[in-house]
Amino acid sequence: MIQTRDLSKVFRIGKKHKDEFTAVDGLTLDINQGEVFGFLGPNGAGKTTTVRMLACLIGATRGSARVAGFQVGKDDTEIRRRVGILTESPGMYERLSAEKNLTIYANLYGVPDTQRAVGKYLSILGLWERRMDPVGSFSKGMRQKLAVARALLHEPQVLFLDEPTTGLDPEAAKTVREFIEELKTEGRTIFLTTHNLDEADRLCDTVGIIKQKLLAVDSPKALRDKLFGRKSVFHLRTINPDWVGLVALQPGVNAVSQIGEKLVVSLSDPETQNPAIIKALVNMGAQIMFVGELRHSLEQVYLDLLYQGKEGGGQ
Amino acid sequence: MKRIRTIIDKEWAEVFKNRMVIMVMLVLPLIFTVMPLIMLKLTASTGMEGVDPASAGVPAKFLVSCSGMNAGECMQIYIVNQFLLMFMLMPLMIPVTIAAYSIVGEKTTRSLEPLLATPITTKELLTGKALAAVIPAALISIGAFALFALGLFVLGIAPMVRAYILSPTWLLAILALGPILSVISVMVAIFISSRVNDPRAAEQISGVLVGPMMIVLVLQLAGLVVIDVRFMLAAIVGCLLLAVGMVYAGAKLFQRETILTRWK
Repeated sequence: MIQTRDLSKVFRIGKKHKDEFTAVDGLTLDINQGEVFGFLGPNGAGKTTTVRMLACLIGATRGSARVAGFQVGKDDTEIRRRVGILTESPGMYERLSAEKNLTIYANLYGVPDTQRAVGKYLSILGLWERRMDPVGSFSKGMRQKLAVARALLHEPQVLFLDEPTTGLDPEAAKTVREFIEELKTEGRTIFLTTHNLDEADRLCDTVGIIKQKLLAVDSPKALRDKLFGRKSVFHLRTINPDWVGLVALQPGVNAVSQIGEKLVVSLSDPETQNPAIIKALVNMGAQIMFVGELRHSLEQVYLDLLYQGKEGGGQ
Repeated sequence: MKRIRTIIDKEWAEVFKNRMVIMVMLVLPLIFTVMPLIMLKLTASTGMEGVDPASAGVPAKFLVSCSGMNAGECMQIYIVNQFLLMFMLMPLMIPVTIAAYSIVGEKTTRSLEPLLATPITTKELLTGKALAAVIPAALISIGAFALFALGLFVLGIAPMVRAYILSPTWLLAILALGPILSVISVMVAIFISSRVNDPRAAEQISGVLVGPMMIVLVLQLAGLVVIDVRFMLAAIVGCLLLAVGMVYAGAKLFQRETILTRWK
């Protein structure tokens, strides 16, 4: 649904636009239909610039991209018909009512039954009762919900959501997140940029980490596994330091460390290797209370990739 | 076409909720309509009936316009001719107010990006925004002139003076030059809007548009220029060329990428 090849954007900046700033450098991505893709990176990493290029708002300096089967830079109007975008700032017409705001956009997108589409999304997002109120009187969360409705009016195949929950209170953020989860079930392709790594972890099938260049792209789980390997944690009643060395000798064990009364064992395939380790520990006289998997947060993956310069490469 | 109509509808729905815009649109035409009528009424009986226009004290060049009139009527059309320029201020100032609020307003509320993400073409957007500013300005100017013309009859202004005001010079000014000036005005507002973030600043800077009008006024008062049909036709052609050039330049400036990345 979205393919980019060496997509790059260089801005000319400074007086007389003589200096150059590379916002996005050689981005190559493949995002399938129905996939929720999380695009992560620090401020100024090129996330919004990428969204703008893919939504045909700005042109690429180098490389190519296809969205919904159309070529960016060539079939821009066709692409705009098929994509919805939630921009960083809701950008609503504050003096106009919620209904009027959506009606304007429904007309611009050429929605056949404007009233039905507007009513549908106002109801779904819980704004029906306030439809005649000027948007200027809305809370930040309500404006964001209205902006989400605006992005969906023409039932786009691809949805670009640029930091949809930034600046929202937890309740409003939860509503927007739940709505994105619902959209996921409708089979739309969603391109989500966010700083909220927990959100990306929960919502995204695939995440890409960018800092001008794409540092890594994969499922959150695969990224964790690639970076940190898989680790099983054996919680023991008491521990004998000799067991560390003995467990390390077991087949398939990459590393073992002791943390308090726990043994942390790095394994290539925990599902098949855990039983053998449990058996070995029991034979050594260990009393195992329970076994779990050490989970690294996406935040750890993100920080590791960004600040230790590990490159996972593109797809 | 539907998208252009939608943009016009949106602009009017939003801009006409702004009190400042409404004030400019109501007060300015009212002043420019009532003032010349008062002036004509006050100078109606000057006691110069039957007196040669040459003794009216108007610039020599202007006397050509006074053929068949007495000195009083000649004086009256000389005075009212200055108000023609005031009438021309309406199509200049009203679009600036609307365009400044509509374009800079979009910048400040950051509503341009989602708008530019729709299938609307840059040409449609620019046309919609320009028409949203030009149409009310043209209608108000023509409406104000119609009111002024009606006032001439109601107040019993001399037939010779009425005939002069309803002559091709004035009609060309109101019906042809006015809308062209509105287009120039909108384009100036677009250029300025790309550089400022406050609608009031855009409006004030656009005030430079009044400059050339004031120069013509001074030249006319000094007797160096007479606004007649020839002058008006030349002004229409000159302004039309300028408007075409500015529309072309405006379209170049009003590009999605430029707006999003350089309009700060």
